[in-house]
Amino acid sequence: MCVKAVPDAAGRRIDPATKRLDRSGELAISDFDTYAVEEGLKLKEAAGEGEVVVVSMGPEKAMDALRKALAMGADRAVLVTDSALENADVLETAVALAGALEQEGPDLVLFGQQSADGGGACLWAAVAEKLRYPVVSQVSELTVDDGSLTGKRQTEFGYDTIRAPMPAIVAVSDAINTPRYPSLKGIMGAKKKPQDSVGASGAAGPGTTVVALNPPPPRGEAQKIEDDGSAADRIVEFLVEKRLV
Amino acid sequence: MAKTLVFLEHHEGAVQKGSLGVLAKASQIGGEFAGAIVGADVRAVGEGVGAMVWVADDARLAAPLPQPRVDVLAKLVRDEGYDTVLFAQSVLAADIAAGLAARLGAGLNWGLVDFDGETGRAPALQDTVVVDVGWSTPVRIGLFRAGALDADALSGSADVRDASVELEDFSTAAEMVEQAHAEQQGPSIEDAEIIVAGGRGLGEPEKFALAEELARALGGAVAATRAVVDAGWYPYSAQVGQTGKTVSPKLYVALGISGAIQHKVGMQGSNVIVAINKDPNAPIFEYSDLGVVGDLHEIVPKLTELVRSRKS
Amino acid sequence: MSIRPSEFPPPWSPSDAIAPPTDPVDERIDVGFLIVGAGPAGLAAAIRLGQLVEESPAIAERLGEVPVAVLEKGKAPGAHLLSGAVVNPRGLQRLFKGRKRIDEMPFYGEVHGESVLYLTKRRAVRIPTPPTMVNHRNYVASVSQLGRWLAEEAEELGVTILPETSAEQLLVDGGRVVGVRTGDHGRGRSGEELGNFEPGSDIAARVTILGEGTQGHLTGAAFERFGLRGENPQVWALGVKEVWKVARPLDQVIHTMGWPLRPAQKFREFGGSFVYPMGDDMVTIGMVVGLDYRDTELSVHDLLQELKTHPRIKRILDGGERVQWGAKTIPEGGFVALPSRFHAPGLLLCGDGVGLVNVPALKGIHYAVESGRLAAEAAWRTLARGASMRSALASYDESLRESFIWSDLREVRNMRQAFGRGFYVGGALAGAMTGSKGRFPPGDWPTERDADQSLIKTDRAGSYPAADGKLVFDKLSSVFASGNRTRDDQPNHIRVQTKVPRELAELWAHMCPAQVYEVGEADGDGTVTVKLAPSNCVQCGAITAKGGRLTPPEGGSGPEYTVT
Repeated sequence: MCVKAVPDAAGRRIDPATKRLDRSGELAISDFDTYAVEEGLKLKEAAGEGEVVVVSMGPEKAMDALRKALAMGADRAVLVTDSALENADVLETAVALAGALEQEGPDLVLFGQQSADGGGACLWAAVAEKLRYPVVSQVSELTVDDGSLTGKRQTEFGYDTIRAPMPAIVAVSDAINTPRYPSLKGIMGAKKKPQDSVGASGAAGPGTTVVALNPPPPRGEAQKIEDDGSAADRIVEFLVEKRLV
Repeated sequence: MAKTLVFLEHHEGAVQKGSLGVLAKASQIGGEFAGAIVGADVRAVGEGVGAMVWVADDARLAAPLPQPRVDVLAKLVRDEGYDTVLFAQSVLAADIAAGLAARLGAGLNWGLVDFDGETGRAPALQDTVVVDVGWSTPVRIGLFRAGALDADALSGSADVRDASVELEDFSTAAEMVEQAHAEQQGPSIEDAEIIVAGGRGLGEPEKFALAEELARALGGAVAATRAVVDAGWYPYSAQVGQTGKTVSPKLYVALGISGAIQHKVGMQGSNVIVAINKDPNAPIFEYSDLGVVGDLHEIVPKLTELVRSRKS
Repeated sequence: MSIRPSEFPPPWSPSDAIAPPTDPVDERIDVGFLIVGAGPAGLAAAIRLGQLVEESPAIAERLGEVPVAVLEKGKAPGAHLLSGAVVNPRGLQRLFKGRKRIDEMPFYGEVHGESVLYLTKRRAVRIPTPPTMVNHRNYVASVSQLGRWLAEEAEELGVTILPETSAEQLLVDGGRVVGVRTGDHGRGRSGEELGNFEPGSDIAARVTILGEGTQGHLTGAAFERFGLRGENPQVWALGVKEVWKVARPLDQVIHTMGWPLRPAQKFREFGGSFVYPMGDDMVTIGMVVGLDYRDTELSVHDLLQELKTHPRIKRILDGGERVQWGAKTIPEGGFVALPSRFHAPGLLLCGDGVGLVNVPALKGIHYAVESGRLAAEAAWRTLARGASMRSALASYDESLRESFIWSDLREVRNMRQAFGRGFYVGGALAGAMTGSKGRFPPGDWPTERDADQSLIKTDRAGSYPAADGKLVFDKLSSVFASGNRTRDDQPNHIRVQTKVPRELAELWAHMCPAQVYEVGEADGDGTVTVKLAPSNCVQCGAITAKGGRLTPPEGGSGPEYTVT
């Protein structure tokens, strides 16, 4: 069995204090992606065999980030890197990743649920389209046996149980496991594991543009009142006005 | 002029409020627009919408899975020439939007809070900046943030058209084994539309009951600050903040929370923030929509009672 | 009745940080040379060793698969590094054997002008630059950035750097340091093992080099265990600083003295501030105050905020924006507080951890680099054919004594202590010391432990400016601006008595720049409970100087500095 965990493309770190992309620090594997790596490792351990490969997209330096996944226990790292992809959007990223994944021929592709810089769109669904694989997202429990997987998918309405044949794509939520800390031996051994860079094939060009960046709007007329006994009524009025009650 | 298709998500026979909000937005931007409802035995749902609605009705579409819906929407876009497809954020909708983007080679902008037919607006970087976004592809896909738009009902007449259903093999590979039942104790804080959060101002762990009662009355979930979780008053799973969860509900009620930045970054994306704190200088008042300086122990029980009686 | 912090020692003993190896041999990790701390000292040692490994591969073979390893408790090298800084490039030039040009080093620019200002609340008077502070041919740098750069250089030489790894115990076997035990990951608040618990490991090494920086954890334990204490106790200052994006470039390096510190001797408020340009669009500003201060209401964090409201300073920052904040202690005892030895069986100590800082010149980075380089060479000598471990390690001490570090520190050895007499007297004495190049006074003036200073209370806190979120910030916002997002559910790493007299609790609450300590309820017997928020901690080390003890939390915790 071959599992691919896909860490977030180019895991850029946002420094909340500066509110800017932090270019001075290292690129780091997104916390959310460690859940995907962990799930891949658990599946491999349960099956007693298989290979866990981490695939990502980003500049050369992003290989450092993949090393954490190798330190956790992944077997191999593949980095799709191409200067044309420096500010890739979802579409381009999906195309590039799908290309690399197709080369690998995995049974199962795992994604972490969200990118660290806040609410990315569903890369996994786009990649599934390109590869023509079934996709299940928001999975908080996953079992695999004999060519198919069963996932517990968390929606706004509760939990669905979904089954799909492999090869398939699964996006895991942070409820699925607790990612292991890499052991020191793992960290030291990571350097020796195979790490390949591949170019992107058939990059599409971005589908979206950024027109302008604006400061956030003020929160509208903020009201501040002191309780004179009628605060509860005032609050209810406010909520009704906002159609929240 | 745009020709817009809006995915109308439905659950147990009713169209979701978020989708209705997006449909209302589509009606405002000018040009033709229509909704799309996809499922099994859903014609009646389409008839309840006061606008043109494509209905794709097929037993294979019964389960709320994303990939068959990509097939249906892609065909509608190609056959009818839609150039804009809009969604309201949900687990299902997000998957469909991204899959559709890949299918059509269409640009996808998500997290939108507004759209004027040309440009969208989307907050980014933990809501510290608002980005004007555009598309460079012939078909444009937009995914609106939950709770961003008002679900004004449309008053046109029902106009249901049948959409044909052709499904790819791989789209139907995943199957629903067991669908979710109605939820047990209220939503988890990440999904909740309303959150009541408690901080040290509650005074003691037992007073969390005040937050729980109010949450129950409002139909929301209960959250906690790092300080009270550290002190053991409430579990870590409810912690909102920099080292806890990030939430963006429609309503966030902060009880006895001072609102230091570590907490703020976990909830500043909330649509409406109401704060009750006896300290008039609490930082939370700088970013709440309604700030109430007062004793929460007096205000909250009254508030809970008023909400309950309104709802009954 | 005034109390002293030292009367309430922390529930901690140096022997807590010393242990024999316990891992079975096949689980033990073996490295050639082990360095603790990816700061300028540790990385200089690593780089020098890396160079030697490259030059002599045959000898290096005896070091095994991992010839040189560096442990770093921060998330990455640089995450816990903080300084002013104006750096004398000499140490780095020697380290790279003249093969790196200045423009290849991560500096922000040469110092082109400087002034020293004496401040009052509203005015700034320029005073002649004391000779020790002339910064001709020195460069402004961020030590955090320097650390990242040195780490890359080290890795290129084959050094293995292990971030997010704390060194919890010195492994001692048969009276000899044989390595280090790393800290656990994945323990909960009460010490329980969580789902992803990963125990620490024994790392065995031929020689262990400690470059832990100020308040070094294992360094402190080693001092006790191997009797390394010198004649005088170490003393520290607390530095709190910010990095700002500014609207107009600053064209000079500025140091200030005077306001907001009080000159009278009874307060013992020794220190000052610095404002350094970092390129054309950034500036760093910091406040440094000796921890022998006595007022329980003194808060260096708030003094920095107050300093920024001074018209001369405010105009530098107007139109700008704070981008980072941090805090760290600096050893200030200098020459007279150096340890009696810098080595022990299997062990070498370098950098700030052993107090190699020139206080009047505000320099320590180049000493750290030079001492790391010398430690590396001594460690390498243990591999020479027929070498005696003991004399090879002892040769490190000799090389330190012959280095520029020694002569520099000796010359200024009594200056800091002079300021214990108050600002004006101290200033006059310091002048005399400089003029005589250290010959006056003869002998060494002793230092007094910071924790031995008796406490007084004034209404100092009444004049701290209120936070406005633009120029003046509160402590929690500052902790956020350090990049700190420490995992909450882990054991408390701070050792203090938690039932203490109110004045001591207040001292800690004001002292800590990260708002870790809070004065809790009175217990009715004259004491109060101290409440802690350990995940705020930026590991500055101030508590260790004032009656408690900082130990390293789970690896990866703490600040994530990038430009401090």
